[in-house]
Amino acid sequence: MAKLKDLASMEDRLVPGHGMCLGCGIPLIFKIILRATEDPIIIANATGCLEVCTTIFPRTSWNMTWMHSAFENAASTIAGVEAMYKALKMKGRIPQDKKIKFLGVGGDGATYDIGLQALSGTVERGHDIVYICYDNNAYANTGGQRSSATPLGASASTSPAGTQSPGKLQRRKDLTKILVAHNIPYVAQASPGRWKDLYNKAKKAFEIEGPAFLNVLCVCPTEWKYDESQGVRLLQTALDTCVWPLYEVENGKYKINYKPKEKKPVLEWLKPQGRFRHLFKEENTWVLEKFQKQVDEDWEELNKLALY
Amino acid sequence: MSALKTLNGNQSIAEAVRQIDPDVLAAYPITPSTAIVETIAKFKADGMITGEFVCPESEHSAMSVCIGAASAGGRVMTATASQGLALMWEMLYIAAGLRLPIVAAIVNRSMSAPINIHGDHSDTMGARDSGWIQIYSENCQEAYDNFIQAFRIAEHLDVRTPVLVGLDGFIISHSMEVIQVEDDDEVKKFVGEYMPLYPLLDTSNKMTVGPIDFTDYYFEHKRSQLEGIENSPPVIEAVGKEFGQKFGREYGFFEEYRMDDAELCIVVMSSAAGTCKDAIDELRSEGKKVGLLKPRVFRPFPHKKIAEALKEMKAVAVLDRCSSPGAFGAPLFTEIRSGLYDYAERPRIVNYVYGLGGRDIKVEHFKEVASKLEKIAETGTVEEIYSYINLRE
Amino acid sequence: MRKETWKELTIGTINLDAGNSVKNLTGTWRSGKKPQFIEEHCIQCFFCWLYCPHFAILVEDGEVKGINYDYCTGCGMCSVECPTKEKAIVMVEEEAELAEGSGK
Repeated sequence: MAKLKDLASMEDRLVPGHGMCLGCGIPLIFKIILRATEDPIIIANATGCLEVCTTIFPRTSWNMTWMHSAFENAASTIAGVEAMYKALKMKGRIPQDKKIKFLGVGGDGATYDIGLQALSGTVERGHDIVYICYDNNAYANTGGQRSSATPLGASASTSPAGTQSPGKLQRRKDLTKILVAHNIPYVAQASPGRWKDLYNKAKKAFEIEGPAFLNVLCVCPTEWKYDESQGVRLLQTALDTCVWPLYEVENGKYKINYKPKEKKPVLEWLKPQGRFRHLFKEENTWVLEKFQKQVDEDWEELNKLALY
Repeated sequence: MSALKTLNGNQSIAEAVRQIDPDVLAAYPITPSTAIVETIAKFKADGMITGEFVCPESEHSAMSVCIGAASAGGRVMTATASQGLALMWEMLYIAAGLRLPIVAAIVNRSMSAPINIHGDHSDTMGARDSGWIQIYSENCQEAYDNFIQAFRIAEHLDVRTPVLVGLDGFIISHSMEVIQVEDDDEVKKFVGEYMPLYPLLDTSNKMTVGPIDFTDYYFEHKRSQLEGIENSPPVIEAVGKEFGQKFGREYGFFEEYRMDDAELCIVVMSSAAGTCKDAIDELRSEGKKVGLLKPRVFRPFPHKKIAEALKEMKAVAVLDRCSSPGAFGAPLFTEIRSGLYDYAERPRIVNYVYGLGGRDIKVEHFKEVASKLEKIAETGTVEEIYSYINLRE
Repeated sequence: MRKETWKELTIGTINLDAGNSVKNLTGTWRSGKKPQFIEEHCIQCFFCWLYCPHFAILVEDGEVKGINYDYCTGCGMCSVECPTKEKAIVMVEEEAELAEGSGK
C-alpha cells in the first residue's frame, strides 16, 4: 500500500505556480491521481478551471504530456490519441513495450453537460482510457453558473436564489449511474478527502483494460462560499451525510467504500456553505426536507444495489 | 498496377484511402458521404487497411478524434457532408489552429433548413474562414487525384495545415465513372512517410498542446497559424506538377477551357464545370468566343492568377453553388471581383447563384448565361449584378 | 519579460517548456495569515503535503521540512488538517511572524 511519504517523494507531474484559487480542491485530486501509475500519462483536458489555470501561455504547470482542444470533447480527443497509439503499435512505429496511460479530464460542466455525448460514445466504443470528472457542482471557471451537477437549492449565477426562487429547483443528475449503465469495466465515485480510496480507484482505473470512469467530488470555496481552510472537513461531511457516497462498480458489481458509523443530517453539509444560506429562511424549509429525503432515498437504493 | 476502374465518387475516395492507408480514420456516416465511411469500415473488416477505424457518435467527436489522433503523431483522415461539417465547425478551427495536417473528403451538400440531401457548396463555403485549405473536384477522377495530393499538401513542413477535398453530393459521389486508379505502391510512394512534428506519443518530450492565450499572445499565435496557408501555394503547385509527371494528370489552381482567344468567360467550380464544357463546345461551334475558368483551389484563393487570366475579358459570369445572405455576392464572385479591383482595365462581372439543393444546371442554362454576357459586352452595362439560374421566379 | 514575435513561436500553439509555471510565485497572493511550521510537533504524517493546493509544503529527504512561501497562498487547509494535539502548523499574522524573523 502506498504511503504518503513515498508519494510525496515522486516527481510532480503537475507543478506549483498554477493559478487555481486559494483552497481549491482540484490540485488535491490530481496530486493523487497522477501518482497512481508509474507509466507516462497523456491528458486531454476539457476547457475549465484546471485547463485555464494551468496553461496560461507562455507558462504551463504540466510537467508531462497534456493537451486541450475544446470544452465538450475531452473524451473523444483522448480517444483519438489512444486510437493513434494502437495504430502505431500495430504498424510497429512505436515499441510494443511502450506503455502509456490515456486520461480524459473535465469538470462537471464538461462532463455532466456539454461533453456527456462524447463521453458516452468514447466509453461505449471501449477505448482503453480513464476519464476523471472533477465535480465542483458548477461552471466554476466562468463565475459559478448552474450545471446539471448543481444540487437542489444551491444558488448559482444562472439559478440564483431570489424572492421568488429558492435557488436551483432541480436535483443533481446522477452521472455515475449513467456511466454504470454503459456496462464498462470500472466506474467509481471518489473524494480527495479519502486519499487512499482515491489512489486505489485511480490505480485500478489505470490498470483495467478498457474504459474506466471516476467521478470525484471537488470542493470549490469560490462558488460554494465557505471558509477555504475547511475544504477537507467539508469533504468529510459530504461522506458522513451520504451526500457523496464513495462506491465503485467493477464489472457490474457494486461496492460501497465508506459507510458512516452514524449518518449525519444534510444540514451539516448545507450550513457551512453560502450557496445554501437562503435555504434556512422559513419559506424554504420544504427544500431542506426534500434535499434530505432525496439523499436518504439514494443512499437506501445504493445499499440495496451493493447487496447483489 | 495502374488500372481503369468503374467507380463512383465515394468509391474513388475510398480507393485512395485504401491505397494511402492512413493511421487513424474517424468518421460518422452522413448522406451523401456515407458510402465512404461504410467502405472504409469494410476495408478494415476485411483486413485491407491497417489503420485504426473509429466510428464516433457524432461528427463533432469524429473531428475531435482526428485532432487527438493527429496530435498523437500520425496520418489522419475523415469524411463528411453538410450538417456533419457544420457540427464539426468548432473543431475545424481547432484543427487548423493546432496546425494538424488532417485530410477530409467533403461530399458537398446543402445546409438545412429545409433539410435536403443533394449537392451544393453551402457546407464548405461556410467553413471558408476556418483555416482549412479547400480543393474542389469536377469528377470522380479529380476527387481521387485531389485526395491523394491533399496529404502531400497538408503534411508539407511549410504548410502543416488541414486540407478538405470537395466533391459534389450525388452528382459525383453517386455517379459511376471510369477512372484511372494508380498502382497501390506508386500511390504510397507518392504520398510518402508521415513525419510528425511534435507527437504526443513521444512522452519523453513533455509538452502542453493547445494552451490558453490571453491578449498578449493570441494575435501572434493566429498570425503564425496563417503562415501555413500562406506558404501553401508553391506547395500546391509543385505537388500538382509532380502528380502530373508521375501519373499523367497535372493540376494547378484552376483549369482554363478554350480560354485562348475568349472574350467572355464563365467561372464555375466542381461538377457543373463538366456541363459547362459541353456548353462551351456548342457555343464555340456557333462561333462565340466563350471560355471556362474552373477554380480548383478555393483556399488559399489564387486572386492574382485568376485576375490575370480574366483581366482581358469583356464580360465574366461567376457562378456560385451557394448563397451568402446579406453579402455583396456569393463567395466565389466576391473573391474574383475583389481580385480584379487593382486593374485599371477590367471586365464587367456578374454573379449567378445556381444549383442549390441539387437543382440541375444544364447546357441550355450555360448558353443563356453566355448570351447575357454577350449583351453585357455589347452594351457595356450590367442590368442585374446578382441573379439566379433555373429558379421559378 | 520579452515576449516572442509570431515568427518565434512554436508551430501549432504548443508550449515546450514543461512545468515552467514554477516561475509564477503564487505566494504573492497571500494576505493576512500565513502558516508557520513547528518542527518539534510534526509527526511526519504528510497531511499538510496532501492537502496543500499550491504544492507549498517543503519535502526534503522524505521529510516535511516547512513551508515554501513562494507558493503558499495562505488558505489554511494544512493547519486545519494537521492532526497533532499541538499543531505542527499554525496560522499566524503575516507581520507578526515577520517581526519574529523565524520560520522557514
